[in-house]
Amino acid sequence: MTANIKEFPGISLNEQDFADGKILYNFDKLNGLYAWDTGIGIGSYLASLKNGVILGSHCKTCRKVVVPPRTICEWCFRPMDEFVPLKDTGIVNTFSLCYVTWDVQRIKDPEIPAVIDIDGASPMHGIMHMLGDVDPQEVKIGMRVQAVWKPTSERKGSINDIQYFKPIEEK
Amino acid sequence: MQERVAIVGVGCTGFRSITPESSYKEMVYEAATRAYTDAGVDPRRDVESFVTVAEDFHEGTSIFDEYTPDQIGGALKPVHTITGDGLHGIATAYMLIRTGQFDIVAVEGHSKASNIKTLPEVTAYAQDPVLNRPLKLNSHFIAGLEMNRFLFETGTSHEHCAAVVVKNRYNALNNPVAPYGADLNLEDVLSGSMLSWPLGIRETAEHADGAILMVLASEDKATYLTDKPIWILGAGWNNDSAALENRDWAHAIYAEEAARMAYRQAGINNPLEAIDIAEVDDTYAYKELQALEALGFCREGEAGILTVEGFTSPDSGLPVNVSGGSLGMGNLLEANGLARAYEIVLQLRGEAGVRQVEDVNIGLAQSWRGVPSSSGAVLILAN
Amino acid sequence: MGMRKVAVVGAGMTKFVRRAQETPKELSWEAAHMALESCEMTMDDIEAVCLGTAPDAFDGIHMNGEYLSDGAGAWRKPYMRSYVGGGTGVFVPIQGWYHIASGLFDVVMVVAEEKMSSYYPHAQAAFLTIFDHTTERPLKPNLLWIFAMEMNRYMTTYGISKADIAQVAVLHKRNAADHPCALLGDADITLDDILKSEVLAWPVQRLDVSPVSDGAVAVILAAEHVAKRITDKPVWIEGVGWHLDTGYWTNRDLAYPRYVEYAARMAYDMAGIKEPRKEIHIVEPYDPFDYKALHHLEGLQLAERGKAPELYSDGTASRTGNMPVCPSGGLLGVGNPIAAAGLMKIAELFWQLRGEAGARQVPGQPRRGLAQAWGDLMQVGTVVIMGR
Repeated sequence: MTANIKEFPGISLNEQDFADGKILYNFDKLNGLYAWDTGIGIGSYLASLKNGVILGSHCKTCRKVVVPPRTICEWCFRPMDEFVPLKDTGIVNTFSLCYVTWDVQRIKDPEIPAVIDIDGASPMHGIMHMLGDVDPQEVKIGMRVQAVWKPTSERKGSINDIQYFKPIEEK
Repeated sequence: MQERVAIVGVGCTGFRSITPESSYKEMVYEAATRAYTDAGVDPRRDVESFVTVAEDFHEGTSIFDEYTPDQIGGALKPVHTITGDGLHGIATAYMLIRTGQFDIVAVEGHSKASNIKTLPEVTAYAQDPVLNRPLKLNSHFIAGLEMNRFLFETGTSHEHCAAVVVKNRYNALNNPVAPYGADLNLEDVLSGSMLSWPLGIRETAEHADGAILMVLASEDKATYLTDKPIWILGAGWNNDSAALENRDWAHAIYAEEAARMAYRQAGINNPLEAIDIAEVDDTYAYKELQALEALGFCREGEAGILTVEGFTSPDSGLPVNVSGGSLGMGNLLEANGLARAYEIVLQLRGEAGVRQVEDVNIGLAQSWRGVPSSSGAVLILAN
Repeated sequence: MGMRKVAVVGAGMTKFVRRAQETPKELSWEAAHMALESCEMTMDDIEAVCLGTAPDAFDGIHMNGEYLSDGAGAWRKPYMRSYVGGGTGVFVPIQGWYHIASGLFDVVMVVAEEKMSSYYPHAQAAFLTIFDHTTERPLKPNLLWIFAMEMNRYMTTYGISKADIAQVAVLHKRNAADHPCALLGDADITLDDILKSEVLAWPVQRLDVSPVSDGAVAVILAAEHVAKRITDKPVWIEGVGWHLDTGYWTNRDLAYPRYVEYAARMAYDMAGIKEPRKEIHIVEPYDPFDYKALHHLEGLQLAERGKAPELYSDGTASRTGNMPVCPSGGLLGVGNPIAAAGLMKIAELFWQLRGEAGARQVPGQPRRGLAQAWGDLMQVGTVVIMGR
């Protein structure tokens, strides 16, 4: 089919066409406000973060501890009601050095998102957060890190109650 | 190909205006656990595919299907999401089982309308962004336009519409999962303030939160799992004009076409004779009347008269919305069709308690996706 | 109890461009119209329509499926829209497949459309909303993070270098130079070009990524008895598979896409394929990033874990090799209008298996091809196997 067709449909525009005022368009800004019920699992997680503790939950059937905590084990489908306080240290499972913000602005010093396997949870169970207080070129998979918390008075019960994770000094 | 498919398990959380104690995942888990217990299956071992119905903007999350599998037992299994009503989800599960590749499929739908702080705006974002949205109208205006034309062309009166509200909300008093049961009279309904004339606020279903899950099975598995399988005789769905500008405002054509498809599959020529009980869309009171006519239960202009005469009451010729409909159970967003089907399943099993209608063998559930859509589905079930 | 056979009988697509003048409805119409013309059918012949399009957020239109329904030909017809994130492009033909295999319909039109350019200032920002609203969004994550982290994990686990991965971008973009709809085809691109491009989120560089695009693709599916009447070269859907992993992506090992493996196994079982590396002649894995093609080839069981780069370095993956990969040019070369990109691979296999792929034609009369897409939070695999 493509062997026979010379012209495929589709008209391409470029940004200059807009700047030159050649294109008619319509602009709207969306207002979507949501207040999500956190429920028991995540509600407990947030309340615990406010107290400076990372919480996990334990599934008796699967014999594993997961984070973030949940009231449902997705593997055996049994309910989980045992919450387990975890350490606030962990291992970098993976990371990136990002020079572009979420809304596509270029930045000079990279943001360092990472997946951190939390000590106390079963292997390969972690959370996404940021790394800080570290030379981007020194970050390695397998590095041991420690949470840096906001002062108690500034914590709100949010994932941002942890400012970032920083490398643990090797003794 | 596997032709006969039955509903073998149902579960719901009950519906309320707010559900602050559980996240949507926990709420769905409750419905799922009830349904799987009802069906006698372990989702991790027995359920082979899962279908969820959801819309991103209702959840406040893009690619919402990411968050669907865990609480229904679908983690690392074939799961997909349909942006449709629960009856579209059931039709999908019906097709999946009929291919012969899957024996047991689950269908889930839920509403957390209480979490959407700007629900009128979000609903308005479904309007055409270039031609309609700049008018900055609350989407109920579409129902107002449609109701006006419907009353005009069919000769239905405002009182007829109010009678639907009186019936359905009274029915809801007998439904333990319905939050909006009330004993109203016509005057109560008609004296409510106007939303978008001629549509009044008391003719519009309030939203509610809740979750429903159903388990469908092929014939062999169904007869093994339960002695009360509810067979799907027909499933139809249809879309009419997407644009407001070229609609037939008086008639629910999508419902007519969806019903035609379902009746053909079920071998039904005379709906009024064949169907013993119906649950139809009543997101707005006039919609129930429009639906009854579209489904072929009566001629144009007759639905209102039949309603005030009591023909659609629980103890009469064709009980309609014995559950309370959306007016009584709440507007459950994508889960509306599942709520309609839920009542039919209970009735056909003889498990509807105080609401049980005698001698029901074939039931019909119909839904509509709400303004500004012209999309709806019909399901015909039998015991 | 036999399964009803379903074939692809027609296909059409628009060019994939950075920003299209056409509205989403018009893009859908162009692709659908072309697909109908390709097999001389009209909308009267079509009994149901299935549509796939990615998140409503890009278009800023809630219930986008309803909005697009008339552009996709669904006026007064049974219509449903399905989605599984990026996997949608290869899922929507599966949706069409079950419509027909169920016995309810004989002819179905499948449309996938994407207009990402509507989102201002850049579609990438819309991806913020795919992350968990409570546990992740407050960190203001960027779509690039999750890909970069997965790429890093994959590279570190298996000791794969950036150069190993960049080969993929080179081959795909060169292949795309022969695709009339391609946005990024480049017959002269080199490994150096890729490796010298701007670092976006290490290890991801600009030319490792396929960009935001607009476009639409449509295919027509028909039951056996109808397919044989319409064309003497129907391309059969021999196997389908899809699997969705848990939403808790930080509780999984990103080095290996097990959900792609399970989806592939489901499809291989249905198609009766025991040795995929011998029985699949062309493979179109999903390649929004170059490393993804490698990741997916391993998940599809077409390469050992960590060894997929060898398919490129030893020539197996080139159009004249033993198992050509992305002869279309893939997403890296043709463009990435999310849902349409996956369906583009189905259209490509349709043309390839009929010998109609022109300059992109894989020689030797290939008889069986596999298309795969991926989506969500590193979560879903969708696979379709087609054969003549």
